[in-house]
Amino acid sequence: MTTYTYPRFDYVKPAELSGGTASRHPVAVVGAGLVGLTMALDLAQRGIACVVLDDDETVSHGSRSICQAKRTLEIWDRLGVAGKMMDQGVTWNDGRVFYRDSELYQFNLQDIPDSKFPAFINLQQYYVEQYLVEAAQVNDLIELRWRNQVTGIDTAAADGVTVHVDTPDGKYSLSCDWLIAADGARSTIRREMGLDFIGEVFQDHFLIADIEMQVDFPVERRFWFDPPWGPEQSALLHMQSDNKWRLDFQLGWDIDKEREVKPENVIPRVKRMIGDDIEFEFEWISIYTFQCRRLEKFKHGRVFFIGDAAHQVSPFGARGGNTGVQDADNLGWKLGLVLNGRAPEALLESYDQERVPASAESIMHSTRATDFITPKGPVSRAFRDAVLELARDYPFARALVNSGRLSTPTLLRDSPLNSYNVGFNGTGVTLGTPCPSVPVEAQYEGGDAVSHLPDALGGGFCGLYFAETEGDIPGDILSGLLDLAGADLPVSTFLVSPLQNAASKLRGLFDRLGAVTQALAAEPGTFYLVRPDQHVCARWRSLDIGQLETALHTAVAQRQSGAEQAASGG
Amino acid sequence: MSDAQAGGRLATELRLDDADGFYERLIDMNKGLTEQEALHVNAKLVLLLANHIGESDVLEEAMAAARAGVEGSA
Ligand SMILES: Cc1cc2nc3c(=O)[nH]c(=O)nc-3n(C[C@H](O)[C@H](O)[C@H](O)COP(=O)(O)OP(=O)(O)OC[C@H]3O[C@@H](n4cnc5c(N)ncnc54)[C@H](O)[C@@H]3O)c2cc1C
Repeated sequence: MTTYTYPRFDYVKPAELSGGTASRHPVAVVGAGLVGLTMALDLAQRGIACVVLDDDETVSHGSRSICQAKRTLEIWDRLGVAGKMMDQGVTWNDGRVFYRDSELYQFNLQDIPDSKFPAFINLQQYYVEQYLVEAAQVNDLIELRWRNQVTGIDTAAADGVTVHVDTPDGKYSLSCDWLIAADGARSTIRREMGLDFIGEVFQDHFLIADIEMQVDFPVERRFWFDPPWGPEQSALLHMQSDNKWRLDFQLGWDIDKEREVKPENVIPRVKRMIGDDIEFEFEWISIYTFQCRRLEKFKHGRVFFIGDAAHQVSPFGARGGNTGVQDADNLGWKLGLVLNGRAPEALLESYDQERVPASAESIMHSTRATDFITPKGPVSRAFRDAVLELARDYPFARALVNSGRLSTPTLLRDSPLNSYNVGFNGTGVTLGTPCPSVPVEAQYEGGDAVSHLPDALGGGFCGLYFAETEGDIPGDILSGLLDLAGADLPVSTFLVSPLQNAASKLRGLFDRLGAVTQALAAEPGTFYLVRPDQHVCARWRSLDIGQLETALHTAVAQRQSGAEQAASGG
Repeated sequence: MSDAQAGGRLATELRLDDADGFYERLIDMNKGLTEQEALHVNAKLVLLLANHIGESDVLEEAMAAARAGVEGSA
């Protein structure tokens, strides 16, 4: 039925069971799914070793995530795995929405014209996980343990966590400083810790049919409300890699699941959507229901929850995996700095402070979309249909049509790690926002692969100083920036200039197109402080070097004696 | 309830230039419709007017004023 060959990853008897010395692990990740694997690669990039425990021995079964968002691709690019995904995935930026027998409108999701990645690629989760595993397998800092099922944990100790594991060779225990629960929606760790979800379970069933067919439909997302060709209330069509297509049909609550998943009952639905004369083969059929819910807190002592273990959303908006990858991106640098002794443990609290609101936002969007797609009663339905009817004739109503607000990076607006925001009046890249993927040319050694701003930033704290030449930077500021580049917690500053070869002591970024300067609303003297996850945490239209150190301390949750109150004014 | 809205931005003084005429047309608009059809047409009307008003705080005030005193038994 499927053309994809599932890899089988070898189980290896763990050291703890083969008489070896059981070492203590700085980090253990439970779950080698999309999110746990991203987490392991991120930690490894920061020099942190981790062990990854997974109860399975292959990649994601069947059909789940397909839409991988731009921000996710940027994160995977930093981890060196985006190339393969781009090669195998299907790029798309456009979508169309239909209501009954007519098209309502089209949309385009690409926000920055020359950015490195499209708004989305569609790539089956099994490919994504395969590429992540392949990268992890060749990384000395990552130990993947397949068929290692976590059955319980012990969190009584103040300085670490004990994890109980079951393997084909029997049970063992392992201890770690920090435990990351990436064990998915049915998280064993969550259950063992007795933590509850808050949120909503939706009473609706959706049927997924992944089919293979040769057609030249445009690569776009198509969504139907009340399609004329079917009894379904809504339907969704996406292209995937290898000529696979994802068809998603809303079935309603009172259905006979056994009956509905039988191929002979799915075939007519498929034919009604794609037409009678197109040949196709099924790769996968399943029925799913969904929840929009999360844990109240994502950090519990020495245990972090990331991905579906922490939060779940409906698939409309492609937010599940994409939000989880951002969790990993957020936690990696913080754990890295703490384990390397560069930041206090207090920094880890900010994972919770930043990702809980991020997840709440995702759940809000997902809940709103679901309420629109599956109205809960006659009045909701009347308003929903009213919106759809108006949308045909009136552009304003299209803004109300919600077939899923597609995943965008969460802006960490209220993060306690943010500080100075001086002189921008809301223009440029606001605090908490990831640096945009605008084109830039690197003019320093080792910058050959840089084509866009995030490529240059890498994975440490960075500064962006805007000036025509290095000589324009006041002496005390330049020496301050150079000192910081060599500090315990280094900030490497780039000189962003509209001129070629403007830097000598700093690393130069040539803003040939002016795209960086424009996106960041910069003028000579402007400075942005960028975190290791490439989110902006402080900025000055005109840098006050005395405040930079305070901003840096704030960004790693370091309390200073008599710290200045961070200013806000932009 | 109305006290709470006294300082709000929702205009509640008479602004209709032809109050009786408006009311007549509102009823006319619903003529010949089943309850369900009327629900649909009125929903469209609300959406058109809401967009005309635009400002979310005014709309929220209007929604609160409309809902005031209705407990709901559903
Ligand atoms: C129909 C559908 C469509 C979707 N579409 C999209 C989309 O387009 N875009 C998107 O971003 N997201 C999408 N999602 C959501 C996405 O699939 C999930 O959000 C994503 O898989 C979460 O990754 P995760 O690593 O947190 O969890 P999982 O992928 O569930 O991985 C958890 C891992 O932990 C392992 N594990 C579990 N328990 C244990 C244990 N006790 N011991 C050891 N290991 C354990 C499991 O074997 C598994 O490998 C979709 C989901 C569905 C169902």
